[in-house]
Amino acid sequence: MSGNKEQQPQFLPRASFQRLIDALRAAGHRCIGPRVKDGAIVYEALERADELPSGIAVDQSPGQYRVRETPATPRQFAWANGPQALKPLLFAPRETLWRATRSADGTLSFAEAAVHAEAIALIGARACDLAALALQDQHFLHCQYPDPHYAKRRERLFIVAVNCSHPADTCFCASTGDGPRAESGFDVALSELDDGFVIESGSARGKSILDGLGLDPARAGQVQQAHTESEHAAAVQQRNLPSRNLRDALFMNLDHPRWADVAERCLSCGNCTSVCPTCFCHAENTVPSLDGKDSEQVREWDSCFTRGHSYIHGFTVRPDTRTRYRQWLTHKLGSWHDQYGRSGCVGCGRCISWCPVGIDITEEAREICGDDA
Amino acid sequence: MNPHLPRDAEIIERIDESPGIFTLRLRLTDLGERTAYRFAPGQFNMVYLHGAGEVPISIVSDPESPELLDHTIRAVGRVTNGLAKLRAGDRVGIRGPFGRGWPLDQARGRDVVIVTGGLGCAPVVAVINYLFAYRGHFGHVTIIQGVKHSSELIWRERYAEWAKLPSVQVLLSADHGGPLWPFHVGRVTDVFDKAHLPGDAVAMLCGPEIMMQIAARQLAARGIAEDDIYLSLERNMQCALGHCGHCQFGPDFVCREGPVFAYPHIKPLFSVKGF
Repeated sequence: MSGNKEQQPQFLPRASFQRLIDALRAAGHRCIGPRVKDGAIVYEALERADELPSGIAVDQSPGQYRVRETPATPRQFAWANGPQALKPLLFAPRETLWRATRSADGTLSFAEAAVHAEAIALIGARACDLAALALQDQHFLHCQYPDPHYAKRRERLFIVAVNCSHPADTCFCASTGDGPRAESGFDVALSELDDGFVIESGSARGKSILDGLGLDPARAGQVQQAHTESEHAAAVQQRNLPSRNLRDALFMNLDHPRWADVAERCLSCGNCTSVCPTCFCHAENTVPSLDGKDSEQVREWDSCFTRGHSYIHGFTVRPDTRTRYRQWLTHKLGSWHDQYGRSGCVGCGRCISWCPVGIDITEEAREICGDDA
Repeated sequence: MNPHLPRDAEIIERIDESPGIFTLRLRLTDLGERTAYRFAPGQFNMVYLHGAGEVPISIVSDPESPELLDHTIRAVGRVTNGLAKLRAGDRVGIRGPFGRGWPLDQARGRDVVIVTGGLGCAPVVAVINYLFAYRGHFGHVTIIQGVKHSSELIWRERYAEWAKLPSVQVLLSADHGGPLWPFHVGRVTDVFDKAHLPGDAVAMLCGPEIMMQIAARQLAARGIAEDDIYLSLERNMQCALGHCGHCQFGPDFVCREGPVFAYPHIKPLFSVKGF
């Protein structure tokens, strides 16, 4: 995949959106896209364009996420993001890695678990989530031991990005440099206008899908309107993180009283790490069969907010919420720079919306770093 | 090759070292895997007990004989208590070796100081064996080993043998001595006054972190360069591949960048509780 635009922007009329879905399906992809379910916008199977969340807006604020109807707009992507990023599609929340079997003579044999890797076309990826995907790629793929499960799914993922025009109050991607416009990492990118979409390809397979649609080139005014909406989406963002590297400022302030202050509010529930598109921690659990003959090794998302995360034989390195929140923030905004050359935060704001007590990462970082930032 | 997948290994011998501490001598059952296996002193394997789980255990045997892999284990948790029940002929899984071991190239031609506490001696026994196997390549060797209670000292005969060798000093210490304990009683760091600690030595430390903190400071105060002090860290390791995140110590994954680190690299966070 390449970030370079492979062709001139074209225009996909809203009434033709189904043709895009059909073309992706004809190319062998199962389409997944945003749908309203249980009061949130989630990625689900998508077969028809009218299943998209038409006339829907989302209000987000610290500790708050509410879907509401706005019949006035024909738009289907006039909202920022739901609780899911691309993470669950590639880094499965729970999956079996291998199975061990003990034969009658006691010998152990180990078999790789089959990887469930469908060809998926994901419609609606946001710029922040593409930035997070690039970080997960670094962690799971571009390393000494590439993860075979992640690798197979990644290879089969086709991405249709949608540029953000309606950021949430919790969004701050403009300050982290990750949005609101998707610059790379997609196969096809859409910019939604009232009557349709400016559509561009970002890869050879994206171009091939677009070529098959036989669309007209987008008019200059339409391309300009898409850019204006992106600029507006950046300008209206209220929150921000300092755009410079906060590593030194954070590690200079490990004894700051704010850590104890946030620990008074934090429930150590791990919601932030579940919705974070870059958090990669996971546990390995051994699950034996009842007769003890077979056993499965199961990988499952874990969180640095649990007691077990830092446990070593009778000793817990991080026994309290203060040290766990400090671990999370100094890692996310600090050590990530050493590990992956940039901060681990892409400004999606999910950890703010989905925190049951509304802790705001941008506020905590600012308080803790103070003048050192 | 799938890095998650363990290999079948047979327990060739089980050795009781002290109450609660035992060594499993393992051999990969697949001949091809066995002959291809290599490790460096200080590296570890993930040892799998069927139906119970994997634990990281350092390899203490001779790296020149990698077809037999000794793992010295203290029974302290669910998996290690299960491993303690195994006997010769039983099977386990192993995955490895992982991590970076001791800086043997850097120590070549120089004096070596080894400071260990408790079962911390296990990961460096492979180093000590290596130093004596290639005796001509290293200078004076100082071995300082401390335990909580004198009954916990394992490999007492080995220390006695090493102490007889030329250009070797062995200092043993127990927080609580017993009737047959002729050595120092008190903190392991107390014996530093008696120790031969040349300023140009390379030091290797392993054991409880508070012991290593004090030892590293004392060695540095006595003239050993901080760059020449190495420590082996322990953290929760579940995948050993640098993926699962549990063993992170600041920017490092202990399973990958460690478990052996140069002191200056970990010093900023080493005395901060919670990392």
